[in-house]
Amino acid sequence: MKNNSLWIRTAFILVVTLGGIYLVFGPRHSPSASDLTWQGIKNNLANNINLGLDLKGGSHLVMRVKTDDYLKTLTENNAQAAVTAAQEAKLPVTGSQVTAQGSTYSITLNLGEGAQADAVIEEVKKKVDFVNWSVSSNANSITWSLPSNIQTVLKNQAVEQALKIIESRINAFGVKEPTLQRHGAESSGQILLQMPGVDDPERVKKLIGDDAQLSLMKVVSPPSPSAVATYPTEEAAKQSLGGAVSSNRKVLPYTERDDSVATKPPNERPKQFVVVESPAVVDGSELRDANAVSRTGNQDDYQISFSLKPAGAAKFGDWTSKNINNYMAVVLNGEVKSVAYIKSRIDDQGEISGRFTKATADDLALTLRSGALPAKLEYQEERTVGPSLGADSIRAGVTASLAGLIFIVIFMLIYYRGSGINAVIALVLNMLLTMAALISFDSTLTLPGIAGLILGIGMAVDSNVLIFERMREELGLGFNVSKAVEIGFDRAFITIIDTHVTTIISAIILYLYGSGPIRGFAVTLILGLLINLFSAVFVSRTIFMWLLHRNPNMQKLSI
Amino acid sequence: MFQILPNINVDWMGIRKPLIFVSIVILIAGLASAIGRQLSPGGTDAFNLGVDFQGGTVITAKFKQKPSVEEIRTALDGAGITEPIIQDSLDKTDEVLIKIPLLESSQSSGDEAATANQVNIGRESVKKALDTFGAEAQPNLSVQEDPNASYKIVGTDSVGPVAGAQLRNQAVIATLLGMAGILLFIAFRYDWTYAAGAVIAVFHDVLITLAFFSVFQWEVSLTVLAAFLTLVGFSVNDSIVIFDRIRENLTMNRDKSLYALTNDSINQTMSRTIVTNGLVFLSVLALVLFGGEVLRGFSLALFVGSIAGTYSTIAIASPIAIWWQSKIGESKMKEVQVSSQASGEKLASASRRSVTRRPVTR
Repeated sequence: MKNNSLWIRTAFILVVTLGGIYLVFGPRHSPSASDLTWQGIKNNLANNINLGLDLKGGSHLVMRVKTDDYLKTLTENNAQAAVTAAQEAKLPVTGSQVTAQGSTYSITLNLGEGAQADAVIEEVKKKVDFVNWSVSSNANSITWSLPSNIQTVLKNQAVEQALKIIESRINAFGVKEPTLQRHGAESSGQILLQMPGVDDPERVKKLIGDDAQLSLMKVVSPPSPSAVATYPTEEAAKQSLGGAVSSNRKVLPYTERDDSVATKPPNERPKQFVVVESPAVVDGSELRDANAVSRTGNQDDYQISFSLKPAGAAKFGDWTSKNINNYMAVVLNGEVKSVAYIKSRIDDQGEISGRFTKATADDLALTLRSGALPAKLEYQEERTVGPSLGADSIRAGVTASLAGLIFIVIFMLIYYRGSGINAVIALVLNMLLTMAALISFDSTLTLPGIAGLILGIGMAVDSNVLIFERMREELGLGFNVSKAVEIGFDRAFITIIDTHVTTIISAIILYLYGSGPIRGFAVTLILGLLINLFSAVFVSRTIFMWLLHRNPNMQKLSI
Repeated sequence: MFQILPNINVDWMGIRKPLIFVSIVILIAGLASAIGRQLSPGGTDAFNLGVDFQGGTVITAKFKQKPSVEEIRTALDGAGITEPIIQDSLDKTDEVLIKIPLLESSQSSGDEAATANQVNIGRESVKKALDTFGAEAQPNLSVQEDPNASYKIVGTDSVGPVAGAQLRNQAVIATLLGMAGILLFIAFRYDWTYAAGAVIAVFHDVLITLAFFSVFQWEVSLTVLAAFLTLVGFSVNDSIVIFDRIRENLTMNRDKSLYALTNDSINQTMSRTIVTNGLVFLSVLALVLFGGEVLRGFSLALFVGSIAGTYSTIAIASPIAIWWQSKIGESKMKEVQVSSQASGEKLASASRRSVTRRPVTR
């Protein structure tokens, strides 16, 4: 019976060890003879372990936030809002001019007959945020302009906002521990991104810079059951509005995506136009979440389901209940993705259909979730860089760590003699399996991760020391070998469990609440400690069991 | 059997006061250094924050014959730039990126002129260092065109911090929450008094290490953050090993005082303490001596932390646990307390509260 369990333990250990060896050193292609050569093993090892930016290097990207565009858009939007505000208050405003050139950003409102400049300024102030703008007026016009110090502040805010959005996008994409920082003078609006090697850098670049503006708009059309009003050309759409598009209407392209036509390539699908009411019912800023989903399970048929924040949902629910049977358009980046009539009140759920592939749907959902960039980005510099710790430091660090490890091994062998072999086996197994676990979780190893590994190894050594010291104590009390081994393991196990569980609990909390380097540390630590319970306790005990199995009446233990 | 310290019998609890005194001296020195440095204008800050936390200047140099990273580091070191980040450019192989921290603490950070000034100072000092490899190319010539030149600085830019205040705060909050988790688990497995002892010992270790970083102005980088997380782990591990032994001894020797039992437990686990911590200490020493300059902050944090961790278990965690237990017992044990004089005796009267809540079965 006892014998039987020993064999099961041994078989289990062998299977786990071989699995670990394969994961760490094994090829990820069909094996060949070269995989058994020293060079082949080294290549496989390098392929299997993902090293982070600090240990291996990666891409170095300098990009610039087009802050001028940001201010220009801000000015234009304010101009439109000012005109609308004045017109809604029935004040005679005939038009507006926007100047966005060099460092001048200003809005001029033309006043009609009998207009009171002060009254218009008061009215506009209620609707449009002109707090930081300086205002001047004469009999015919009002001019708001943006002082240069405010321009600097706004540009700065735009860059900071872009930094946050880029960060959330690359983190969500799963790039491991990138570094992101402001670059160049403050006014340059530059951001430096360094990230470890990713499989598809172009996709990451596109993802970072992508713009995804979602809005839900009402379509100008007779309500269902009549078909939605579409126009074959932009001109025809404009004609329907009497030739000119007013500020509360927009003509947008719409590519119909019926199943019958979706099989054709995009450029052969009929291009159509629809007229929508501006402003949008809700826009991307009201978005709470967005996810790529597939109704059919087909790889090329993904939709994006989204939900709205409470405020947006209330607005949307209100609007849909008043507009039953009217048509609504889901607009993405100025293009109508789908048009549907409203069957009943909709609160916070919606869907963008459009036959996306999985990758594009995932990226699009991610860009939507992270919010819109304040302005477009342009890439200014791109290069591949070496490890940020410096190749020389890494070599020195590796040498020093190896020296430390070798010292530990020699000490254990001298101090605990025969039993020291046990400890060394447990130690080697611990490192092998921790690496294997990191590989199977597709983790990226960085210096903080190595710190977690060091703590794990330290606690692995400690586990062995605890067990051996305990066994020595029990031997000293006069117990025979088999009893001393039993008590030693049982008693030390309580200590080991307590220390390990405590550290694992805190590491889990670090993982949950930390980010980047802290998470890297927590992951390797948790894995190392879990494996330690296997290698230092289970494996080590099995070896002692073997010794006692072969010599049940052992009188002296080499310890 | 070859053993270090086979049987020792030291009255650890009796010498806790001098030990705690040493801690307090170090902590006060650290605090004085941090506050003093922070308050003195124009001088150094409380901590020497590296490029990771503070930002600095990145300089791109193009070489005719690129020296190794190590040679560049030595040259920079010679010019007084002690903590550079040197990154090889792998696609433009003759270029190298050198990131250096702010050279003078400028209070008016964010000011455009101050930033430009920083970049200039940075460029000048890097130029001085790189001049050891040969002259810089004339401003209007590239390094290839100028026959006398061996390198040219092709780019200078200021960079912001990689780890902003957000990451720093997040690290602190995550660590504090982790400590709360440790507190709850030890309280559940042992007792609140033990949990408090262990957690206070961890704080002690972190603060002692921070004190060293402030006094000696060792550079704090992101890797140092990782070292702090590691030393917290080692510190808790050590405390639990001794607590576990106290718990075991309590179930087996019900007639002995807690004071004596704590001493026994520390003495019984002393050989384990010496072996484990000795090995950790020596491995970390190897890292300090041979680990190279970039890892120095990391190694030093672990080095100081591993010493503080060993010592705080004996001098901080255990005394606090039994001191608290004695406080809890005070009201019940009035008579005993009146008859006792020495502080050691006072501890001896500590109540035997529920440390044995989960008795050990063997």
